[in-house]
Amino acid sequence: MEHIRLPKVDNVRLLDRISPRRSRVGTLYLTATHTIFVENEAGVRNETWVLHSLVCSLEKQAATASGSSLLIHCKNFQVLNFVIPRERECHDVHLSLQRLSQPERPDELYCFSYKPNIDAEERRPEWDFLDLRADYRRMGLPNSLWKLSSVNQHYKVSDTYPADLFVPESATPPVIVGSSKFRSRGRFPTLSYYSKENHAAICRSSQPLSGFSARCLEDEQMLEAILRSNPHSDFMYVVDTRPKLNAIANRAAGKGYENEDNYSNIKFQFIGIENIHVMRNSQQKMMEVCELRSPSMSDFLEGLESSGWLKHIKAVLDAGIFIAKAVAEEGVSVLVHCSDGWDRTTQVCSVACVLLDPHYRTLRGLMVLIEKDWISFGHKFSHRCNHLQGDPKEVSPVIDQFLECVWQLMEQFPCAFEFNARFLITIHSHIYSCQYGNFIGNNQRERTELGLREKTHSLWSYLWMNRADYINPLYRPDHSQTQGLLRPSTAPYCFKFWRALYNRFDRGMHPRQSVEDYLSAIQEETQQLKEQLASHKQKIAQLEQEQEWSVPQKAVPFDKSPTGWTFCNDMANTPQDYTGGFFTSSPCQPRAPITLQTEESNKTSKSILSNGSDQESGIADVSCRSPLSEDSTRDPDSDEAAYSAS
Amino acid sequence: MEFSEYIKTANVEDVVLRQPLHPPGRGTLCITGHHLLFSDREEGSCQQVLLLLRNIDAIEKSVENLLTCSGLFSNAGLSQSGVCRLSGSSGTITIKCKDLRVLQLDIPGMEECLNIARSIETLSCLDSMSELYPFFYRPSNASLRDQWGLSSLERHYSQMKELHDRWRLSTVNRDFSVCPSYPQAVIVPKSTDDDMLEKVAKFRQGGRFPVLCYYHKKNGMVIMRSSQPLTGANRKRCREDEQLLQAVIDGSDKGYIIDTRSSQQALQARMTGGGLESKSCYSSWKRLQRQMERGKALQESLIKLVEACEDESNNMDRWLSKLENSKWLSHVQTALSTAGLLAECVERDGHSVLVHGSEGTDSTLLISTLAQLIMDPSCRTLEGFLTLLEREWVQAGHPFQQRCAHSAHSHARLQQESPVFLLLLDCVWQLWRQFPLALGFSEALLLRLATEAYASDYGTFLGNNQQERCALGVKENTHCLFQALLRPRERDCYSNPLYEHTELAIWPSVHPQSLQLWRGFFLRWTPQTHHLEEAQEEIRNMVIEWGKLALSSCPAST
Repeated sequence: MEHIRLPKVDNVRLLDRISPRRSRVGTLYLTATHTIFVENEAGVRNETWVLHSLVCSLEKQAATASGSSLLIHCKNFQVLNFVIPRERECHDVHLSLQRLSQPERPDELYCFSYKPNIDAEERRPEWDFLDLRADYRRMGLPNSLWKLSSVNQHYKVSDTYPADLFVPESATPPVIVGSSKFRSRGRFPTLSYYSKENHAAICRSSQPLSGFSARCLEDEQMLEAILRSNPHSDFMYVVDTRPKLNAIANRAAGKGYENEDNYSNIKFQFIGIENIHVMRNSQQKMMEVCELRSPSMSDFLEGLESSGWLKHIKAVLDAGIFIAKAVAEEGVSVLVHCSDGWDRTTQVCSVACVLLDPHYRTLRGLMVLIEKDWISFGHKFSHRCNHLQGDPKEVSPVIDQFLECVWQLMEQFPCAFEFNARFLITIHSHIYSCQYGNFIGNNQRERTELGLREKTHSLWSYLWMNRADYINPLYRPDHSQTQGLLRPSTAPYCFKFWRALYNRFDRGMHPRQSVEDYLSAIQEETQQLKEQLASHKQKIAQLEQEQEWSVPQKAVPFDKSPTGWTFCNDMANTPQDYTGGFFTSSPCQPRAPITLQTEESNKTSKSILSNGSDQESGIADVSCRSPLSEDSTRDPDSDEAAYSAS
Repeated sequence: MEFSEYIKTANVEDVVLRQPLHPPGRGTLCITGHHLLFSDREEGSCQQVLLLLRNIDAIEKSVENLLTCSGLFSNAGLSQSGVCRLSGSSGTITIKCKDLRVLQLDIPGMEECLNIARSIETLSCLDSMSELYPFFYRPSNASLRDQWGLSSLERHYSQMKELHDRWRLSTVNRDFSVCPSYPQAVIVPKSTDDDMLEKVAKFRQGGRFPVLCYYHKKNGMVIMRSSQPLTGANRKRCREDEQLLQAVIDGSDKGYIIDTRSSQQALQARMTGGGLESKSCYSSWKRLQRQMERGKALQESLIKLVEACEDESNNMDRWLSKLENSKWLSHVQTALSTAGLLAECVERDGHSVLVHGSEGTDSTLLISTLAQLIMDPSCRTLEGFLTLLEREWVQAGHPFQQRCAHSAHSHARLQQESPVFLLLLDCVWQLWRQFPLALGFSEALLLRLATEAYASDYGTFLGNNQQERCALGVKENTHCLFQALLRPRERDCYSNPLYEHTELAIWPSVHPQSLQLWRGFFLRWTPQTHHLEEAQEEIRNMVIEWGKLALSSCPAST
């Protein structure tokens, strides 16, 4: 490819971030899609693969005697520090990566070159796997209160909204169009979630263009129609998710918020969630803390506090709880908006859905929810995730915060979710990886124009095919935690730092044994045993019928070692850095071959685990599964492993 | 019983009890010499709360007289007059327990309320140890003739055959005269005789001369522990002490001394008669100073943390800043990393280590215990862990009576209180989080121990050392907690269903990201822990179901 100035550099060192004394020497390759580091060590072929689209920033540091250092930060929070012997080479690698990681045109995105030789016909089932209309049908729509409107066909009313929208039965096209003219980007109030138990609904929109005094009759009628769609209720909430000050400031620009006097029977409420710029800076600050080399406990906690990150997560969850309670407990409909109605509104509506509806706490349900509230309603993934070279001020971890809210809920209700944290982390990776077409573009219109359904693959069907990896063994559909509205606590002490995401690649920090994997193994075996038992019983019954007691029952010998047990034996570990460099002077102890069970490595076979893989990066599994080959010939598994494990 | 003089009002009707995780209940309150008993008399429910008075850390009382006409007497100080016994008077007692539970009693009648408060105040901190409840506790399922304790040093020594070549059991302390805080038997190098030990004891604070606490079978290296040497300002030496330590590293090139104080603290200790092992006198020993917080600072850290957990401001910044400011997690981090260093010296570097701080009864025991858990699989079973605690804390003379006299709520002036044992349990919990399959016991056991150390039906944690326990006749007159925890029903609850033996060392990660607040203990009485308990229950059930099926599918016909 024309952007690769240097395809291969030898004698590159990959520094270990936590203990820089440990470093690995190898060869660095640049390919069209990946940076690959191959360790030179006799016997083992350890590889680290980094997808170019995951590269977030590159820093070239001043050259030293040992070489020039290149620091790569990735969007999945991996940090790699290479030391390249010659300054010239480092410069070339730096320039190449800079270009490769920032595509200028959409067709340069990885998803268009990932498994391209499959025709559109074959791709269709992947994309048809999720059907939003089916989800609306599940909610009981359309019905006598809500109808499917065709007003936004061809994206004529709002170019950032989906074509299919649900509106109150009584809302006529002129009212809708009138209302849309009074809302930022034409994003008029429309349905996001409907509770068929009590008819209460969550609606979403952008801010009204009310300025200091403007009114819009159609907009008022639109809200009136939403209110009337909930026959048991005599008022509705209008929730502005911005801090009041921000909303007031918007009035000066001819935007703003609803005046309670102009709209009949609304209760107006501000919920101060900060804007995308605050969130971006907050995450950046938190990541600086996560990357501190050996922080003291105080450094870490102080840094975490001053980043404000958990405070923001709490604000989003608090807002979601407010809406969920209004719908489930009061039976009152809610209209949610922020400024444009694609960031905070999306977060809050989807968090409320997770709290309200057990379906969204299942594997398929969460995918549908993201498809509905995030993708179809026009969360600007391309801008927020910086898929293409663009304005850095548009970047913001809005979706990260949603995934984290779900994770925080999972920590409080360990039995309530069908999926595990690995599922969330995998989704997170793929939102940024550009490997699948789902998160490309900023809205449905752009996605249609890009022909993503015809030219790329869908993440959802990939996740569904591999769902065994993402099941929470503690989930039971009939468990009390699973039922109805979740009532989480948002006391500050309930919020935890999400180590598994933000320090995902610092293997040494994670628990060395996984209860979840152990339980999954047990669960699988329990299932097998039950089936065995059932078939035995059946046989006995048969035999009894045939009165053939002389034939002895041959029980299948049971090997009392499910897969979950075995990784324990492979489990090993090395001391952490307790000494502060004390032992460096003594002759280095031969470190035992380290294998750690981790989310990626335990998916691989036992034989891979037991060969000497590296504990800190856990990349041995990659080398066995993703040979250096043409993109087109790779199977999906190897690619998944390539960047999520490297 | 002489307790009756402390109990002016033994029974009150119509009391409302508010306690975490339960709806308020109305019923009868009863005070006895050792307990507070509340029984709900509402229809359909028969809730009973039996609280050991010893568990009460602090109480707050407020009384009010609802009749405005008697405002004259609303001052609590006048309650003696008897005039206050008006139908409308009432009082509220807030009870803060050492297990961090907070209860509230609404008591009709100001005088009753004050009487009860006074009884609680007196009976919850009786000075005389022989009056404590363990001497009265007589459960129906156990006899005082049952075995007391799990093991003894004698038994430990006789089981460890590999020790016998180089180590001997000494009974120089059989009458506790050489070291009042040591047990009667200790393990020392074979080449040191009892006369030497007596001399060494005079050179170590409190007579705590270096004794063996752990023998690493893989390489024959050991962990020794002691108190600080009494070198004093004029750098006194003790040949016998030097010889004893030389005997420890016999055949090896060197040993390490892990001193749990900073260099400065250790040097300063000389001014008050203490000190450290100088390089010139102990040339084969390399000293490592690792400062660990102890004593009052640790107690204050606990108080601050509990205060942070009870803050209801719902403000994230405030919570994180209070959590940081309490420094509790920093202490956890330091303890685990010092223990990691100790284990690394023994297991990886292959050298013997002597551990001490100043008295050798607190942080010394903390890190030697943790290091053993890291290295030695036999300590990680339920029995193994309890035996370890018995040997390293009870018999080794951690002053439980002093350290656990009060917990985080007490307004009493701090004396010798320090939550070192609680810190140990927290560190063990962190290990359990990082290696959920490697420890044979459950979080429930750690919680139970945390409660029992402060207030108990059992005699195990009574007194400060074996000498005191002998004098009190603890063995003869109380029941043993460790034995009770191993009875079949308790064993089910306190064992880890996921336990899988591993020979490997379990090296904890000590990154701040890897350490967490022990919610199970510090936020035990919040509703959120309920969901986590349900999850533990679910895990237990899954394992049981699997076990049953596995068993039933084993060929029964063969």
